[in-house]
Amino acid sequence: MSTALTLFRREFVSYFVTPVAYVFIVIFLALLGAMTFFLGGFFGRGQADLAPFFAFHAWLYLLLVPAVSMRLWSDERKTGTIELLLTLPVSPTQAVLAKFFAAWTFAAIALALTFPIWLSVNYLGNPDNGVIVAGYVGSLVMAGAFLAIGSCFSTVSKNQVIAFVLSVIVSLAFTVAGTPLVLEFVSGWAPRAMIDVVAGLSFIANFDAISKGVLDLVNLVYFLSVMALFLFLNVVFVNTLKAR
Amino acid sequence: MTAMIEVAGLSKRFGAIQAVDNISLAVEKGEVLGFLGPNGAGKSTTMKMIAGFLEPDAGRASVCGFDVATHPIEAKRRFGYMPEGAPSYNEMTPLGFLRFIAGVRGYSGQEADERIKTVSRSIQLESVMYQPIDTLSRGYKRRVGLAAALLHDPEVLILDEPTDGLDPNQKHEIRTLIQEMAPSKAIIISTHILEEVDAVCSRAVIIARGRIVADGTPAELEARSAMHNVVSVTANEETLAQILEPIAALNKIARVEIDGRRLLAIPADGADALDDVRVLVRQRGVSVSDIRLERGRLEDVFRTVTTARTGTGAGSAQ
Repeated sequence: MSTALTLFRREFVSYFVTPVAYVFIVIFLALLGAMTFFLGGFFGRGQADLAPFFAFHAWLYLLLVPAVSMRLWSDERKTGTIELLLTLPVSPTQAVLAKFFAAWTFAAIALALTFPIWLSVNYLGNPDNGVIVAGYVGSLVMAGAFLAIGSCFSTVSKNQVIAFVLSVIVSLAFTVAGTPLVLEFVSGWAPRAMIDVVAGLSFIANFDAISKGVLDLVNLVYFLSVMALFLFLNVVFVNTLKAR
Repeated sequence: MTAMIEVAGLSKRFGAIQAVDNISLAVEKGEVLGFLGPNGAGKSTTMKMIAGFLEPDAGRASVCGFDVATHPIEAKRRFGYMPEGAPSYNEMTPLGFLRFIAGVRGYSGQEADERIKTVSRSIQLESVMYQPIDTLSRGYKRRVGLAAALLHDPEVLILDEPTDGLDPNQKHEIRTLIQEMAPSKAIIISTHILEEVDAVCSRAVIIARGRIVADGTPAELEARSAMHNVVSVTANEETLAQILEPIAALNKIARVEIDGRRLLAIPADGADALDDVRVLVRQRGVSVSDIRLERGRLEDVFRTVTTARTGTGAGSAQ
């Protein structure tokens, strides 16, 4: 237990030793603010809710989360510390989970720092705070799913740029799966059941359902299973590094 | 008693290259095994497999009786491994890094502090404990890696080129440290510095093209040198010309060579002919500046076994 905790702590602290964490948080908050107010029309809508705020989370995560996760494994491979890490009495599963939870905690802090907008909307009107809490929970699990994909693909290369690009592409597939563009493309030829499956794989559709206040177990389970799947693959990839 | 490190039939192939080819070894407590070989001979690959970082294609390795493949955590608790280049987390300080290692190894609080203090003192890291590792010199970085491997005072040490990149004083310190630890541990070090083998190793294993080509104490290996037990006589050229034929006629001497102002009497069957040559020189009443018995140099053996055998090795491998 203390082993996993030590790994987690080292990984988490490493975000704040370099400027990466601060740059990331500032950019995340600035972009999210800009999108909420300018693209989302936060004020113009005249409604006391955070729908225009949550609407952009998926798109922002698509670009920013892989930037957080790309170094998780590729940096260890590049500097050779992976050899140190994997010859300590640590199992690959422990290492994968410690790194993932460190990154997820970091993402949670960035998300929590958006609290002024929650305060603002409460100051301006009487929003349904239950819906907002659901939105935050949904956003957090969605960030976790993006991170799991990113962590998984950061094992693929020593090069962080390659890790980043691969993560964005795979994440993009999950993000846009349920959009009209993709569904129209699929509906031309695929059977009805498959269209439903593709639509059901969408991060956006699942997140929308949660952030509308319908904290349905199905949507949560969906994100948790995406996390579990990619973290499992992550462990598999780390193990194949040993057999290479 | 079983050996602390046991390696049986270890093999590893990278694409077309057979990096390690059926290596078997056993290292007992108190032994310091020097792993020698040209670059790319498979030293690091073998050590990576013993440390459980690489999976062998065939064969097995165990540390203190725990198979590295089937009981990785138990095995890893019992050895300290310093990978090639002594990688560490550059953004951390040595103190932070060693605390991390201590935590992973299950030490906390005062016990962790004690261990860090002990190891940093013995390795002389104390003066840089608060500087980020990436600002340290190569020698200090290497010592940080060593400290991490030694922190839990393991029964088995696997050090990949522990003195590479160190200055002569630092090399001496590390060798002294290894010698001090030797009686209570089983140690494998890889190196391509041959003097190091003489200095610290109780046993030397030379590998070439992934195969063991020589295994023995440094003295045994030196005995395989062409220069072993050669009597060298140093004198001026006239004197050498006078004694050349009588020496060549001695029973124990196979042939004689002149190398500048040195006469080299190569013995038959490696016999010790020093006294015979001395007596002969005295009888002739010539003055020589030096007569000595050559031990044979490890370097010669190294070159002979790694170059000669690689040719046949490559032939039979195909």
